[in-house]
Amino acid sequence: MTVILSIVLGLWAGFFTMALTLGLNEQRMDGAVKSYLSHVQIHHPAFLENYNIKDVITMPEELLSTIQKNKSVKASTTRTILGGMGSTAHGSAGIQIIGVDPEKEAEMTSISSSLKKGTYFTEIKSNPVIVGQALAEKLKLDIKKKLYITFVDENGDQQRLKLKVEGIYKTASSMYDEANIFMKSEDIAKAIGHKGIVHEIAILCHSINQTDEVKAQLLAEFPKDKIETWSEIAPELGYADEMMSTFIYIFMGIILVALSFGIINTMLMAVLERKRELGMLMSVGMNKRKVFVMILFETLFISIIAAPIGIALSYAIIVHFGEHGIDLSVVGKGMENFGIGSRVYTYLPANLYVNICVMTLVVTFLSSLLPARRALKLDPAEAVRAL
Amino acid sequence: MNVIETNNLFKIYQQGEIEVKALNDVSICFKQGEFTSIVGPSGSGKTTFLNAIGGLDTPTSGNVMINNTDITQLRSNKLVDFRLRNIGFVFQAYNLIPVLTAKENVEFIMLMQGSSPVERKTRSKELLESVGLGDKLNRRPGQLSGGQQQRVAVARALASKPQFVLADEPTANLDSTSTSNLLDIMYRMNQEENMTFIFSTHDQRVIDRAKRIITLEDGQVISDIMQ
Repeated sequence: MTVILSIVLGLWAGFFTMALTLGLNEQRMDGAVKSYLSHVQIHHPAFLENYNIKDVITMPEELLSTIQKNKSVKASTTRTILGGMGSTAHGSAGIQIIGVDPEKEAEMTSISSSLKKGTYFTEIKSNPVIVGQALAEKLKLDIKKKLYITFVDENGDQQRLKLKVEGIYKTASSMYDEANIFMKSEDIAKAIGHKGIVHEIAILCHSINQTDEVKAQLLAEFPKDKIETWSEIAPELGYADEMMSTFIYIFMGIILVALSFGIINTMLMAVLERKRELGMLMSVGMNKRKVFVMILFETLFISIIAAPIGIALSYAIIVHFGEHGIDLSVVGKGMENFGIGSRVYTYLPANLYVNICVMTLVVTFLSSLLPARRALKLDPAEAVRAL
Repeated sequence: MNVIETNNLFKIYQQGEIEVKALNDVSICFKQGEFTSIVGPSGSGKTTFLNAIGGLDTPTSGNVMINNTDITQLRSNKLVDFRLRNIGFVFQAYNLIPVLTAKENVEFIMLMQGSSPVERKTRSKELLESVGLGDKLNRRPGQLSGGQQQRVAVARALASKPQFVLADEPTANLDSTSTSNLLDIMYRMNQEENMTFIFSTHDQRVIDRAKRIITLEDGQVISDIMQ
């Protein structure tokens, strides 16, 4: 019973911690993809080095036409990106001005659905802007308040624009919210007197697994543009993803090692407690191989009973918190700095359940070797007389 | 015909620098159908002798011939198999498997021997009936009295159709009624089936029923009486 309970709890602890860790990572990635990264981005090769306004994509229409024909692509949009300064009567801050096509952007990113206040490019006609909550707090901005932005145009002249706040958004990352504002591309075009400036084409695939395939297809047709997947644009997210897949096995390994000590200890105790019984079996004619296999099977049967219970318990809890989330608002501020929301949804892919079950069975098998070996060392003549 | 024959059996233990001779040149023969008690004070070598002829312990020198097979020369696995097919054991503390019923405790020896399910079922029932437990086939050891458990142990010892049964202090934990019942059963089997029983005992009631009494002292046979 103790062994069964320790396997059940060990599995549950392992599964749940992994689901929580993966859920955190998944949310961080998902948040980044949905709020600004998308799956694939296309830029002028030099654009990301210094965000120069002149480094535009040369043939955006051809690119868009090819992208729209690709069956793996769910949505795509163009963006104009400028570095600048935002100021109000209460202060100023360095910002990135993102010019978007509101309708297409709404299909791509979650900004339109992340509004905490105001509307999404529907109410204000002249130079509306959507700002992040963190920036709004910093510059004391509110709906219909004015925000002045300055940026350098193609000729190197400084431009100043008066914008009116139409909406305030909040993503999982407060750092992102503080640095990015959204305008209509056409308003930027009007300000700089130049239409069709495209610095970025963002692509959303049907599945995150299709990003490499889409990138390869586009690169074959447009080798001069810089086409990158989300993991190349934000390598820290890609590394975190890779690290997490290794880390969860290391973590599970530690839990399984602890579990194996529990099994070894309990089974050794069982062997000692059943010394007289084992002595009798050996005396009356059970050979060493059979005694060894018997202890091995006993331990394995225990884990065959315990593993499904542990998995079912873990699955139920992971599914529950996967739907309802775990409220971590106590540390929400800190988590937002890492780009994670304050409600964490547990997540564990099906293949991990299988892998960990196999690992548990292997560990149980290995853990049973020592008690089985101890049983073999019993002297039947002495063991039958054990108290 | 001798079923068991020991020749110049020595068993020497080293306790620190002192050499203890648990068996000191013991040569005894047992014939088929004997009902023998090995008696002697504690430490006289009774259990060591029983372990030696039961193949549970290897003597320092000498040999143990069972039906012309020198079991001291058998390799570990062969010896285990030899025990399974030739020797029945009855232990002082019964040593039944607590999670099995009386019937299953008797059956599993036959299972190890590879007997068919039908044979196992029939023989275990017959044996338990013969020891007076026909109505307790499905009771677990915890549901039986000490005397009843020892009777299951006797049935288990006989299940493998052994050449002889070795019983180490079989009545030590039993009251007088249970002892008397157990001895009656074993005596009857000895009489009816010519089964050889060898006991190590301190119990006068067992000694009184034995046909042959061998007394050991300091590992040596000091008397061997037929009564």
